[in-house]
Amino acid sequence: MVSKSDTMKPTHQPDLSSKPPLPFSFKSFKLKTKQQELLIRVSILCLVYILAFITRLFSVLRYESMIHEFDPYFNYRTTLYLTEKGFYEFWNWFDSESWYPLGRIIGGTLYPGLMVTAALIYWILLFLRFTVHIREVCVLTAPFFASNTTIVAYLFGKEVWDTGAGLVAAALIAICPGYISRSVAGSYDNEGVAIFALLLTFYLFVKAVNTGSLAWALGSAFGYFYMVSAWGGYVFIINLIPLYVLVLLVVGRYSMRLYVAYNCMYIVGMLLAMQIRFVGFQHVQSGEHMAAMGVFFLIQVFYFLAWVKHLLNDTKLFQALLRIGVTSAVGVGAIALGLGTASGYISPWTGRFYSLLDPTYAKDHIPIIASVSEHQPTAWSSFMFDFHILLFLFPAGLYFCFKRLSDATIFIVMYGLTSMYFAGVMVRLILVATPAVCLISAIAVSATIKNLTQIIRGKTGQTVSAKGTSTAKGSSKQQASVDQSIPFLKNGATILLFGAFYLLSRYAIHCTWVTSEAYSSPSIVLAARGAHGQRVIFDDYREAYFWLRQNTPSDAKIMSWWDYGYQITAMGNRTVIVDNNTWNNTHIATVGRAMSSYEDEAYEIMRSLDVDYVLVVFGGVTGYSSDDINKFLWMVRIGGGVFPVIKEPDYLVNGEYRVDKGAAPKMLNCLMYKLCYYRFGELTTEYGKPPGYDRARGVEIGNKDVKLEYLEEAFTTSNWIVRIYKVKPPTNRW
Amino acid sequence: MGKSTVTTKDDAQALFHSLRSAYSSTPTHLKIIDLYVLFAVFTALIQVGYMAIVGSFPFNSFLSGVLSCVGTAVLAVCLRIQVNKENKEFKDLPPERAFADFVLCNLVLHLVIMNFLG
Repeated sequence: MVSKSDTMKPTHQPDLSSKPPLPFSFKSFKLKTKQQELLIRVSILCLVYILAFITRLFSVLRYESMIHEFDPYFNYRTTLYLTEKGFYEFWNWFDSESWYPLGRIIGGTLYPGLMVTAALIYWILLFLRFTVHIREVCVLTAPFFASNTTIVAYLFGKEVWDTGAGLVAAALIAICPGYISRSVAGSYDNEGVAIFALLLTFYLFVKAVNTGSLAWALGSAFGYFYMVSAWGGYVFIINLIPLYVLVLLVVGRYSMRLYVAYNCMYIVGMLLAMQIRFVGFQHVQSGEHMAAMGVFFLIQVFYFLAWVKHLLNDTKLFQALLRIGVTSAVGVGAIALGLGTASGYISPWTGRFYSLLDPTYAKDHIPIIASVSEHQPTAWSSFMFDFHILLFLFPAGLYFCFKRLSDATIFIVMYGLTSMYFAGVMVRLILVATPAVCLISAIAVSATIKNLTQIIRGKTGQTVSAKGTSTAKGSSKQQASVDQSIPFLKNGATILLFGAFYLLSRYAIHCTWVTSEAYSSPSIVLAARGAHGQRVIFDDYREAYFWLRQNTPSDAKIMSWWDYGYQITAMGNRTVIVDNNTWNNTHIATVGRAMSSYEDEAYEIMRSLDVDYVLVVFGGVTGYSSDDINKFLWMVRIGGGVFPVIKEPDYLVNGEYRVDKGAAPKMLNCLMYKLCYYRFGELTTEYGKPPGYDRARGVEIGNKDVKLEYLEEAFTTSNWIVRIYKVKPPTNRW
Repeated sequence: MGKSTVTTKDDAQALFHSLRSAYSSTPTHLKIIDLYVLFAVFTALIQVGYMAIVGSFPFNSFLSGVLSCVGTAVLAVCLRIQVNKENKEFKDLPPERAFADFVLCNLVLHLVIMNFLG
């Protein structure tokens, strides 16, 4: 309900701001209304700031203050290391606990922005004598940055449109589910701070373009640096900004301000970005960053030509120069690019980049990208789920932007359109589109309500035309003329205004509902409804990881599918073969091959990798559907991609994936099947069903008599979700 | 064919002359900035030539050298734009502010380059 009033308040604010020029005789009141307006604006911003924070705390209240999901565990582990050992140790950290036997150079293969931010907050708090645990800081980092994002959204909206739009944008983005999905308390992931950095960079850049000041461009470069240090999505910035510059050049909106802003931002931003080791020389070597460089040279040529034109004051001569200049510049650029690509100096685009431009690319070429659920193309329903009314307000906002074109609105339109395309390609890129959608929708809401309130106030006040000149000229003048002809205009406006408030309040309710139901589950602790409607908590993951921590030798190597790698190293403190940093496809394929082979073949592979324990996740008892049996086909595909011994059709019957009696013989005897269903045939999971009834897939399993020869069961958690097996030592030869 | 080359040559000559006469009326402080820019670009070109001969082995050193020159040149051009009285876009930007911005950007640029030099 708080949120509702927040979204409504800013709409009252514009009519206050439009008041001052009108009553000339009440000069004493003029200052007062301005002060009032300022007071209301500041208090709304404060409320939005707090709201953005507290709406993300559902998971902490329901469960406990803990880190969610998979990747955040790695971030948490590195942050812990950073705070304990200091920055240099962190920077030079070679981690032998993951990717056994290869290891991983952590310092050179991660984006350190998030960890450094959290560690800084932690150190500042310690300095102020707040003794908190680093985990609490990590859990609350994302909500804190979400709050800061609302402030940036306000400033951005103010820069693009007016203060009213800025306030609405801040309120919209504070509770937008598309953003909340990645920034609830406990989801300690790069995106949490990256969206803040992204919006900050864009805001400062637009500000630099509007003012033409070097200082703002420098600020934008620093924002870009922070973004590069935080998330790989910085590639979006380094391609969007050149594209924007290019569009402005093409439509003839080139200005000196643009030149100042882009050049300073590009040069300083590029240099700063090179300080991040993981990014390194990519800005001058990889194909994804070449657009920015090309536009940099282009704008130099453009500036030079404009300068010469200014000097000459003679069109005929200038055209001769143009002919020579442009052809030679384009020629040189094309030759340089061709040479660079041919000699292998400029690396071609990476697979991830290709899969963005061509959504079907990953499915055919890179199974490891296609296997991740958040890389799937977006369904309409998830657009609706994440944006709700913003989806309809977005085109309306685009209309308003086109009606009042300026450099800033062109930028926001381009940001909106490109990010909407990317959001359609990949589910998780909805996140990048969210700020743009919120801003553009805010423009629509603000402009609409401003017009409506003007109509309503128009008759009660004095003449409409006097007001029309004070604010948005075109629209209100139009209304003034329409005013005479259309009856019931005022009533209609009132109804529309109430309609808008109704929509916004629905939005607030929807957002709160989505946050509470969908996005606040830690996924490491599972919750289900029991038979009597009470909540049942499955804490099996942590049970298993703590078992590993306490009952296995400290140098034990655990083999599991890569999804669980980060969690095992962070919570179990044991060495893993593969983890969520999927840098070595062959290594993952080896694990996939072991999982999908017969037990004796798998044993050979596991011996060669020094595996001591195998961990599988199994949901057949609880009905937990994202377990290893359901992920198994991806293991087969990824394993088969490197080792042709593994063939997907061997595991399917008539192209159908099944685990019951009709399953393929290879499926029934592969390692993964055996480990998941070992002794499962003895268990009755549901009343009225035969023993060995798999609740996740709703079938009775096909191989109830599983015998293990080379492995033995070591531990199974209370709800059977995690099962751990010990690899037996080799038998004596005589 | 021959005719067109003659006309382009004439054009180029006329162009050159009129450019020189137009440029001579530029204020002196802008001319100084132009010299500075030319010097920076020239240094960058020398470095690129040197790289072509010797090779780009400490790539970060090469990059920081060239980017230092390019950055200096670009920032100086920005300064030139901002202090030029003929540019109406920057009427309300005092030259002192422009110069302060310029110094700040250069400071940041060269601090980063020092870190990157290796």
